[in-house]
Amino acid sequence: MLDNYLPILVFIVMGLVFGVGPLVAGFVLAPHRPDQKKNSPYECGFEAFEDSRMKFDVRYYLVAILFIIFDLEIAFLFPWAVVLDQIGWFGFAAMMVFLAILVVGFIYEWKKGALQWE
Amino acid sequence: MLQVLLDIWNWLPELIQILLKIVVIVVPIMLSVAYLTLAERKVIGYIQVRIGPNRVGPRGLLQPIADGLKLALKEIIIPTNANRFLFVIAPLLVLAPALAAWAVIPFDEGMVLADIDAGLLYILAMTSLGVYGVIIAGWASNSKYAFLGALRSSAQVVSYEIAMGFALVVVLMAAGSLNLQEIVLSQQGSVIHWFMWPLFPMFVVYFISGVAETNRAPFDVAEGESEIVAGFHVEYAGMAFALFFLAEYANMILIAALTAIMFMGGWLSPFEGVPVLDGLTSWVPGIFWLLAKMGVFLFLFLWFRATFPRYRYDQIMRLGWKVFIPVTIVWIVVTGFMVLGEVGPWFDRT
Repeated sequence: MLDNYLPILVFIVMGLVFGVGPLVAGFVLAPHRPDQKKNSPYECGFEAFEDSRMKFDVRYYLVAILFIIFDLEIAFLFPWAVVLDQIGWFGFAAMMVFLAILVVGFIYEWKKGALQWE
Repeated sequence: MLQVLLDIWNWLPELIQILLKIVVIVVPIMLSVAYLTLAERKVIGYIQVRIGPNRVGPRGLLQPIADGLKLALKEIIIPTNANRFLFVIAPLLVLAPALAAWAVIPFDEGMVLADIDAGLLYILAMTSLGVYGVIIAGWASNSKYAFLGALRSSAQVVSYEIAMGFALVVVLMAAGSLNLQEIVLSQQGSVIHWFMWPLFPMFVVYFISGVAETNRAPFDVAEGESEIVAGFHVEYAGMAFALFFLAEYANMILIAALTAIMFMGGWLSPFEGVPVLDGLTSWVPGIFWLLAKMGVFLFLFLWFRATFPRYRYDQIMRLGWKVFIPVTIVWIVVTGFMVLGEVGPWFDRT
């Protein structure tokens, strides 16, 4: 059973190797002549001002938090979806209750303007 | 002759066999990526009544090779303020999952590297991992454009991931299995048995989310040339940039393959069950049909890019959260009724 997962492990390692190979080739083959201007951050030709690790819009956090909630819910739905045939109408109804609670939360966040990007 | 080859194959240690199989999968993917870039330039060229690249080799056929060589010979610039370790590791984190996801893709019946029962779960995990590379690349560059691009891109990708996840759940309900081969086999019968008909809204949502997930036009605000230059990979040059490029195109091909497998019957022939044509085309190997279906979707990617103007960021987020998520939740309920009500010809299994 777990035998089937060995190729996947090898493939992930090989995926990294297929990335490292060209990268090393690039470092070896390409010239390497750094200078101060070339290595400064690109800002359309201006001298870089301020640190780029700056404050950013809080809505990005909000999206991330909402994503975690919904993604977890998808994780809950996965096993249910696979066995839906066997658990029948009772299992279906149980999941509908769960989904209804989630939809109430979704409507709440919608009305609160959490999804609003003007 | 064939017997000798088979003997040699069986004599090889298992690890070598796996490595050879991986090479057989990855090398065509790399070549497809190279020629997809040429196809993109040619197709968009012809749509805009231009010829596209035609100088390198006959009809420009060697253009991708020339591009690759040029990228390999360009200096990899690491900015002074960047976090060197994360800066170098970010392109690897984008590329490795984009390739590793191919481990569970069935190209034909039994033609799959790892026939695991958690196939779809593995796909979901691998396609989610790419966003780490994007965030790390943007943060490690220590550049404003890269930082803003990474924020936009990651918020967009995670938003569409929810719609995609829900669409996958609906496919699971319909197929009753996480194994990609069984998902294809449960669409057997004829074109009408393909899941694209009962799950049509999910088919559309999944493919459009796939376009948004790979940051392709018209959802490419993350790298909108006209506003934030190249977005999260603005500081990358040479081979380091090429890896991001490879990963983006490998992901496009992956999305095309997954859409074909989950909604259009993967390797199944479209003439299945048709009286005369079925017999006439029975010699065509299944992998041909899969590749043909993937080709259609890849062409759509290019067509979209040539046709649609770029969405505004707020429009992208609205489409993801306020249109796709409600639609998918409704279709979960509808599919539940269809599966339990055994609506034919898709769900009337004995």
